[in-house]
Amino acid sequence: MSPLDRIANVSILKQHEVDKLYKVENRPTSSTSDQFCFLVRPRIKTMKYIADIINADKMAGRSRKYKIIFSPQKFYACEMVLEEEGVFGDVSCDEWSFYLLPLDDDIISMELPEFFRDYFLEGDHRWINCVARALQLLNSLYGPFSKAYGIGRCAKMSYELWRDLEEESESDSQGRKPEIGNIFLMDRDTDYVTALCSQVVYEGLVDDTFRIKCGSVDFGPDVTSSDKSIKVLLNSQDKVFSQIRNEHFSSVFGFLSQKSRNLQAQYDRRRGMDIKQMKNFVSQELKGLKQEHRLLSLHIGACESIMKKKTKQDFQEMIKTEHSLLEGFDIRESTSFIEEHIDRQVSPIESLRLMCLLSITENGLIPKDYRSLKTQYLQSYGPEHLLTFHNLKRIGLLTEQSPGETLTAVESKVSKLVTDRAAGKITDAFNSLARKSNFRGISKKLGLIPRVDGEYDLKMPRDMAYVFSGAYIPLSCKIIEQVLERKSWLGLEEVLRLLNGNEFSVTESAGEDSPAWESQRIILTVFLGGCTFSEIAALRFLGKEKGYKFIFLTTAITNSARMMEAMIETKA
Amino acid sequence: MLTIHCGQNHLKESKRAVNSLRDIVDDDDDDLEKVSWSGDPVGSISWSIKETASSSTSSLESRDSSLQKGYSSYSAFPKQASSYSLSSLFKGEVPHTQFGQMGFSSTVSRGNHFILDYSSDWSPKDTVRRMQRGKVRTFLFHLLILFQELEVRQVALCHLIHFLKETSEQKLLLDLLRFLDRTEEVALSQYREHLNIQDVEKRREFLKGCIGLPFSAEDTSHVQDHYTLLERQIIIEANDRHLETAGQSEIFRKYPRKASILNMPLVTTLFYSCFYHYTEAEGTFSSPTNLKKTFKIPDKQYVLTALAARAKLRAWNDVDALFTTKNWLGYTKKKAPIGFHRVVEILQRNNAPVQVLQEYVRLVEDVETQLNLATKYKCHDVVIDTYRDLKDRIQLAAYRCKVERGSAEEEKIDSILNNTQIRWKN
Repeated sequence: MSPLDRIANVSILKQHEVDKLYKVENRPTSSTSDQFCFLVRPRIKTMKYIADIINADKMAGRSRKYKIIFSPQKFYACEMVLEEEGVFGDVSCDEWSFYLLPLDDDIISMELPEFFRDYFLEGDHRWINCVARALQLLNSLYGPFSKAYGIGRCAKMSYELWRDLEEESESDSQGRKPEIGNIFLMDRDTDYVTALCSQVVYEGLVDDTFRIKCGSVDFGPDVTSSDKSIKVLLNSQDKVFSQIRNEHFSSVFGFLSQKSRNLQAQYDRRRGMDIKQMKNFVSQELKGLKQEHRLLSLHIGACESIMKKKTKQDFQEMIKTEHSLLEGFDIRESTSFIEEHIDRQVSPIESLRLMCLLSITENGLIPKDYRSLKTQYLQSYGPEHLLTFHNLKRIGLLTEQSPGETLTAVESKVSKLVTDRAAGKITDAFNSLARKSNFRGISKKLGLIPRVDGEYDLKMPRDMAYVFSGAYIPLSCKIIEQVLERKSWLGLEEVLRLLNGNEFSVTESAGEDSPAWESQRIILTVFLGGCTFSEIAALRFLGKEKGYKFIFLTTAITNSARMMEAMIETKA
Repeated sequence: MLTIHCGQNHLKESKRAVNSLRDIVDDDDDDLEKVSWSGDPVGSISWSIKETASSSTSSLESRDSSLQKGYSSYSAFPKQASSYSLSSLFKGEVPHTQFGQMGFSSTVSRGNHFILDYSSDWSPKDTVRRMQRGKVRTFLFHLLILFQELEVRQVALCHLIHFLKETSEQKLLLDLLRFLDRTEEVALSQYREHLNIQDVEKRREFLKGCIGLPFSAEDTSHVQDHYTLLERQIIIEANDRHLETAGQSEIFRKYPRKASILNMPLVTTLFYSCFYHYTEAEGTFSSPTNLKKTFKIPDKQYVLTALAARAKLRAWNDVDALFTTKNWLGYTKKKAPIGFHRVVEILQRNNAPVQVLQEYVRLVEDVETQLNLATKYKCHDVVIDTYRDLKDRIQLAAYRCKVERGSAEEEKIDSILNNTQIRWKN
């Protein structure tokens, strides 16, 4: 499903005299309409496709009117490309400032998956304006936000640009009662670890297994137990889904089983009914029960499908490896597991993900491992992945420790540098230090690995670690928890140093009255570069515990597979 | 730890409950949304797009020839060259008046400076204002407007490079990277182009040309391997296609190839070679041992792949030979660079007979794993022997009901249980 499907359907368009709908791609169209309207994202490639279509028309002597609507905004570079292709004069351009797509009661997506690669890999700031405008829009509807927190360079830039926009605009938010009191902005690269972990809460698992697009998922024949596929909208409207979405997978079975038994009991009531009761039952209850039955079947089918896939893939062993990496034990064993995973050609995306997790938690692979795993990966999955490795190195997801550098040797290196006369070397070394992930240090300081006496109760979880089976509290969520508790970054200085800083905390000048307590409970959490369902589940849990309500604004929903795919180089 | 098995009973129960209700519920679907075969709701935009696409592919064939001519010569259509396009800027062919003031053309040739370097006493705002006065609407102008927002030169550079990549201005991108002495990126950018070359021979030629590029030492050998691999694949493909059409080779008759080997990874190529060319001498291009030697494939990988291929062909003797070595006394023993539990897994996946499976289950070192696998795959003898060795009477007795009544295994269990010589631990 595309974002458009969440807004309109064909009949509305037809009412406005739209004849046919096409996807813009590198193919000619054979339409007889005299007007073409292109509704597109501002991408260079798309401009080229459009130019090709227009030029082809010109060649064929066909004259048409062309309009391009850029969403959410137009980039100068696009106009430049249209000019270069010789079609700039033939089109009229417009902007559709569509920034926010609500995916659910508490999730708003900007549907900009390219944000992650464009900003974090290519260093391109083109989308920051969109984020600022989205914030402006939300502020005008639900603000004014009284307190803003953030961490990350992009968060800082987005915040500052938004403040500039607010100052320039003439909006007058005086006297308006805010509905959202706080805002928290976070860069994806503050916490790559969480995004790389396998998800085990139901919604995350569905996303990892089936890929949820714009809040809906494609369930194939193996789930529907028929020969048809079906697209299902997954949000709080689905009564079954809304109750299991944040649950750990192990609890989901029990829940579905209970529900099925209840459903059966409900139907069984028919037997003892007289005509009047039966009539009542059919008119009032049957529809609801049918609906519930349909949803239950789908989710049970989905669970079965997930189980089948996981059992096939050695899921147990993989989770064990992930937990070892998170906790910092059995690193050699984990490395062997990854090596074997690559040798067996299990999955190019999963192998990459595991290598990145190893690299991030260990501050880079030791050179011997890096070389050998890279060679094996290229042998198993294709030599062109040379380019993928280069991208991963650039973005910092899969790096090599400099020779002679281990975690404990970092300090000795710094002292060595002081005596080193070559100035260039010092800057290089400091630069590389700045990019280190320092996960172990951060994990220790924030207590991300819970100490468990006995079994961790997943049915009645006591902290956010339940989203990863009790093994690890998501770093991003922990940071948010700590900052909200302290209402500032005080006391987190050491952690911030390890996170490379770029934090901020601003109290906007609120109105004369102290802000309503209601709005203070509500925090708009902005993820720049993507947010996972596990993080959403964890924060929803935190919200319930502490009496907050989180609203999620993300550039796109993400998971480990999407992140890895963004790093792979494809045809130009 | 996620325990997979805990919920399976729940799941079975739920499934049974739900299925039993299906007859009652499924009489009419009037409340359900109508969906198409692809699962898109009928009347949605996604559905409409797919409908149009499928109907237009058929109509595309019957286009008139003039349109066809137009499409086939997309690239031939003359592009109106914008006089202030990026390409003309880089060549230094810009109106002297405005850019000359900036000393622009001289900075282009300087190796280490960012090409859009401006005079140090002008701030970006100044530069833009001066250009605005000149009323020059150029790409450079647009870029500087953008860059005004950004303070660090580094960031502007990233934007420019990304833009050049997107517009496929390959030559300009390479020139820029060379100016900046980012030689490794020059090599990688050029190498990336191979993804756009469909023709295999052309791609091979292109890769050959990439070998001399300024990659790191490691990457140079990877690119070299890429070239060598493709070269080999072309030879093997040509040869095998010939063999296949000639119809003389049994293996190709029995297992016709489903896809070509071209552009496949090395391990896949090795699998293919172990499947179709296992017995060939090292001298041929298609023999597995030749591949192993040429690409320095480690033993572990080689054995794993050969095992997978021979198991698929149910060539149990070949599998046996893979793991058999003779020690200095002439005794054969079995060893493997991969764990034997993996061997068992691969054999089982290929439906190896129990006798074969059993032999390898016995070789699994860890007793617990061995027991698990033996139980899972019904290698009764192994289970019985293990429980006997562990002197575990209770487990052995419990296992009795898992074997067939009156079978040899049952007899064996009984005789062991009745053996008074054994000192049971329980």
